[in-house]
Amino acid sequence: MTNTSLTLNEINELKETALKMRKTAIKMATKAGEAHLGPALDLTEIIVTLYSKIMNYRASDPKWPKRDRLILSKGHGCLALYTILAEKGFYEKELLDTFCTQLDTLFGGHPEVKVPGIEANTGSLGHGFNIGIGMAKAAQIDNFDYKVYTILGDGENQEGSIWEGAMAAPNLNIDNLIAIVDRNHLQVSGRTEKIMNIDPLKNKWESFGWAVQEIDGHDFSQIYNALNSAPFKPGKPSLIIANTIKAKGLSFAENKVEWHHKVPNEEEYRIADKELGLGGLNDD
Amino acid sequence: MMTKEKLDLKSDIATRVVLGKAITDLGLKNEKICTVAADSESRFGDFVKKAPNRAVNVGIAEQNAVSISAGLAFCGKIVFVSTYATFISMRACEQIRTDVAFQNLNVKVVGTNSGFSPGWEGFTHQALEDIGIMRAIPNMTIIVPADGEETYNLVHQLADYEGAVYLRVRGKKDDPHIKNKGKTIIGKAEELKSGEDITIIACGRMVYEAVKAADILSEKNISTKVLNMHTIKPIDKEAIVTAAEETMGIITMEEHNTIGGLGTAVAEILCEKGIGIPFKKIGVNDRFGIPGKTHDIFRHFGLTSENAVKTAEEILG
Repeated sequence: MTNTSLTLNEINELKETALKMRKTAIKMATKAGEAHLGPALDLTEIIVTLYSKIMNYRASDPKWPKRDRLILSKGHGCLALYTILAEKGFYEKELLDTFCTQLDTLFGGHPEVKVPGIEANTGSLGHGFNIGIGMAKAAQIDNFDYKVYTILGDGENQEGSIWEGAMAAPNLNIDNLIAIVDRNHLQVSGRTEKIMNIDPLKNKWESFGWAVQEIDGHDFSQIYNALNSAPFKPGKPSLIIANTIKAKGLSFAENKVEWHHKVPNEEEYRIADKELGLGGLNDD
Repeated sequence: MMTKEKLDLKSDIATRVVLGKAITDLGLKNEKICTVAADSESRFGDFVKKAPNRAVNVGIAEQNAVSISAGLAFCGKIVFVSTYATFISMRACEQIRTDVAFQNLNVKVVGTNSGFSPGWEGFTHQALEDIGIMRAIPNMTIIVPADGEETYNLVHQLADYEGAVYLRVRGKKDDPHIKNKGKTIIGKAEELKSGEDITIIACGRMVYEAVKAADILSEKNISTKVLNMHTIKPIDKEAIVTAAEETMGIITMEEHNTIGGLGTAVAEILCEKGIGIPFKKIGVNDRFGIPGKTHDIFRHFGLTSENAVKTAEEILG
């Protein structure tokens, strides 16, 4: 990849896609009456950038062996993934209507591989990241040059298995693995600092042998430049600490702990509609 | 040494030693084979040295070992991941369930040093619950070879056996060879002896005790059918039902808790088929292990041919 930054036009296009995804996600969550909406909304910019500007994939051939892979280790943020995969043509958008409303739907509350484009069954924290290490290792064995991207929650950094993987990846000389920590400072029952402090996060990962960059997880240029320059150091896995705001884009929900798994009521939907132009729940 | 080029599979060779040889022979022929160790590379014999690019060692980190195995399998590899049966079946239980079994990935989880084979290492290292735990996970095939020869053959079959497997082997000693064994077919019980009075269904190291018991019983004019139930799941229902029809009682023998393992699996079949027949489970009766020589521990818990003979005589009155 070249080292050029995004143009203004490109940034505007990405913003448009992000807004579309946020609107779809809010509607899906509201219709279903249950979802992890906050943890998905804060991933929007990162996921839009990955699928629009960074990753190599074939939507019509999702199992293409040389594709880049994204594993959402914090599986509960799956609304962000479901909406972008529809947007990029992995499946018909209409299918999203079944999200948490139809028995045995493709689109449950946590992502499963039965959905085209989903690479691992995640939801139990501290699993997907480690599966990603295995996939990155497989690329080495096969002499393929694909990359593996994996998104971790900041609370997920409290899982011991994450640090087993953090220790292993540099030792296995894996540099085709790029992990992104969604650093929104909130987990299900409070602020990470209060529940179990994970700081100093950057120092921790660096001391385990990772090359680390810290960015604004809602700034397309910063996201793109970081992802585009990975691996940050040859021979080392890369970690991006993306500072985000939980439930970003839904004004009344932003940075509020209860929006980990809250969905809009009628009044809240009306406010969101006014701010974002959602239209009716069943409008396209 | 397990690195010797040739092993005599017809001898009393330990299942864990054979495992390394089998994986090496198989892995050097089949490019898809990868191994993942948790500071347990000795399980894989010479493979690690001969194919270092396909051998991963994650250190003492069983959860990571199993998740990485899943990642490799997602990319088309056939993965053998192995360490102590206790650690892999319990420390990494959720990884086996969620990362491997749900997708039915080609990961062969090999629990070694199972049962009482760790001897003096005591209860922390003796796996008596692993079969029960693995049985409760959908998609898992569970295989317990009876001896070294069977271990070698089964490992080779696993390369073409699609999906998630738990293979339970023992340690580096105490695995006597079972004579006159036929071919092992996954999912099919092997009849080692035919009989009309009583049936002993056994797995793993207990198959040897079952055969010995049958020989002793035969001197007492009791004819014993012996089934080597190497595949605990999916279990060979037909063989169990036939045994119940052909003989007057069933005894199960396993180096495992009597809750959740082979005995439970056989009892489930008998109950669901409505078969009322005298039935006894020989195993560890809901207890933790104790440190000692394996042989002495077997005697302590009644995992012996003598106890099987006694149990058969009690059933037959």
